[in-house]
Amino acid sequence: MNPLLQVENLKVHFPVQHGVFSPAREFVRAVDGVSFHIEAGETLGLVGESGCGKTTLGRAIARLIEPACGRILFEREDLAVLHGAELRARRRKLQIIFQDPYGSLNPRMTVEDSIGEALDIHKLAGSASARQKRIFDLLKAVGLDLSGAPRYPHEFSGGQRQRIGIARALAVEPKLIVCDEPVSALDVSVQAQIINLLQDLQQKHGLAYLFIAHDLAVVEHISRRVMVMYLGKIVELADAEALVRSPRHPYTQALISAVPVVDRESRRPRIILPGEVPSPIHPPPGCPFHPRCPQAELACRTEVPRLRELPAGREVACHLAK
Amino acid sequence: MPLLEIKNLTLEFISGDAAVRVLDDVSLTVDRGETVCLVGESGCGKSVTTLSITRLLPEPPARYIGGEILLGGRNVLKMPKSELRQARGGIVSYVFQEPGASLNPVIRIGKQIKEALTLHRPGQATDAEVIRLLKLVGIAAPESRMKDYPFQMSGGMQQRVMIAMALASEPDLLVADEPTTALDVTTQAQILELLRDLNRRLGMSILLITHNLGIVGDMAGRVAVMYAGQVVELSPARPLLERPLHPYTRALLAAVPKLSGNGSRLSPIAGAVPRAGHAPPGCRFAPRCAIARPECSQSVPELVEVELKRWVRCPFWQ
Repeated sequence: MNPLLQVENLKVHFPVQHGVFSPAREFVRAVDGVSFHIEAGETLGLVGESGCGKTTLGRAIARLIEPACGRILFEREDLAVLHGAELRARRRKLQIIFQDPYGSLNPRMTVEDSIGEALDIHKLAGSASARQKRIFDLLKAVGLDLSGAPRYPHEFSGGQRQRIGIARALAVEPKLIVCDEPVSALDVSVQAQIINLLQDLQQKHGLAYLFIAHDLAVVEHISRRVMVMYLGKIVELADAEALVRSPRHPYTQALISAVPVVDRESRRPRIILPGEVPSPIHPPPGCPFHPRCPQAELACRTEVPRLRELPAGREVACHLAK
Repeated sequence: MPLLEIKNLTLEFISGDAAVRVLDDVSLTVDRGETVCLVGESGCGKSVTTLSITRLLPEPPARYIGGEILLGGRNVLKMPKSELRQARGGIVSYVFQEPGASLNPVIRIGKQIKEALTLHRPGQATDAEVIRLLKLVGIAAPESRMKDYPFQMSGGMQQRVMIAMALASEPDLLVADEPTTALDVTTQAQILELLRDLNRRLGMSILLITHNLGIVGDMAGRVAVMYAGQVVELSPARPLLERPLHPYTRALLAAVPKLSGNGSRLSPIAGAVPRAGHAPPGCRFAPRCAIARPECSQSVPELVEVELKRWVRCPFWQ
């Protein structure tokens, strides 16, 4: 079976300019050779710390940022080479939800218009009454009161705004939604509402999610498989439960041990990483993690580890992982 | 005598003719050498509570309606200005969420720390002392780092500088308001480790504000849970996390996904936190509470000690 989305060797490089007129000689390698796939109806989690390239990756897949090279096969068609109307037509099936629901809704458009705009662009509503009905159906589907339709974003709470963002993404009947930190800005009690809503919608419409977040517990909860990024590269990809229970990459191990947990039983010895994430302009040679890795050996300083397969469908980019 | 004792503090914000009650009957103590966590969702009054400890809120709009704040036995609300100035920094120091916003961007960090020293320990406002403080908070190569501007440092480093500055005055109580919220988890682990270490080595009390219950499990001796301007549960940390008593604390713990939980469905809390000044009558949590009864909306429950050292603002907690 073909996966819904197959990303191959995707790279996104941003030029760094040292003066207004000087040509760019250096590049931030935000996403540096990433490959993975997403099956229809599944949730793939993506975690990593700020600056690791997770947001850039999510946006590059939707072609909101132009990739430098690589293929983005969505339903077997390469999005990376499409343009204009063709791209727009394909992109209907691939939507995105952002972290800050207030920043991503037009403050001067009513909820009705924001959702209706998506329908108009893709010519999905035949008549005015069909459009109205579709908008009401969408509001109901995300648990919003119909009386909210003629109101403006500022009249809603953060959780409700995120529901509006979800309704707008759903309007065009996508198959894949890139969720970029959709619950990070919300209070914990509201976070759970949105997570449950996303899971319900997935069941009902067979949606696939690329779920990007820095909160490991949230990602593990919602995802079937999880991948971990560090400095523009995927360092580990595994089933969510296996990843948390027995991480193989030293970075994943440190990341998981650093998460403060409520219950004492599941607390593990904390691995405090020395130093900080290196600059993605001059990534270290060899394994990008070696300067901070507690287990690094000589080979790690020179050879870039490839993402290789271990038993049980795990993939790890580490020379030492077994 | 506890180092800090907040008794029945009630505070309003005035805007025009309207007064919005943001703190209602808040009581809390911090003993010497103790770490206390203040937990709650946004808008519940945690930051306002901590800022009022040294009256850092501008008055007006803030207005203290009732209660007292005792710092080493002295009532802050009745202190003369000069004594208050001594208490700020001298007894209580603050570290805030966004270190980048708290540091002056155009002054080298060494000079900023020296400024704090000049104010509180003028005799020791020297490079050597700055270097000692930077070492204390775990900054490598402090001799050259003290010449850095804030933008040359990462978020974690900046937060260490903020902590060094807070320590410059040798405070008895460090108030850390969401000190790691803007940081990554691995950096967060470093900063929390530093705070624990300072608490152990210097015997400094810490009042830590957070919305992350995991951090409570890591750090706190005791916890105060706030909801809509009130403390709803006050308890030693471990029993609170193992067996929360107030329905809100219970609901909050059930709403958070746990690492290697079994993927079972989360139980969200219905509705949203009431906006300040729009608290419902009676128990403020009643409209969202799973075990609410009709009488809950009629009278405001008291914070009562229901078990040894465990205080709960709910008559039906059992």
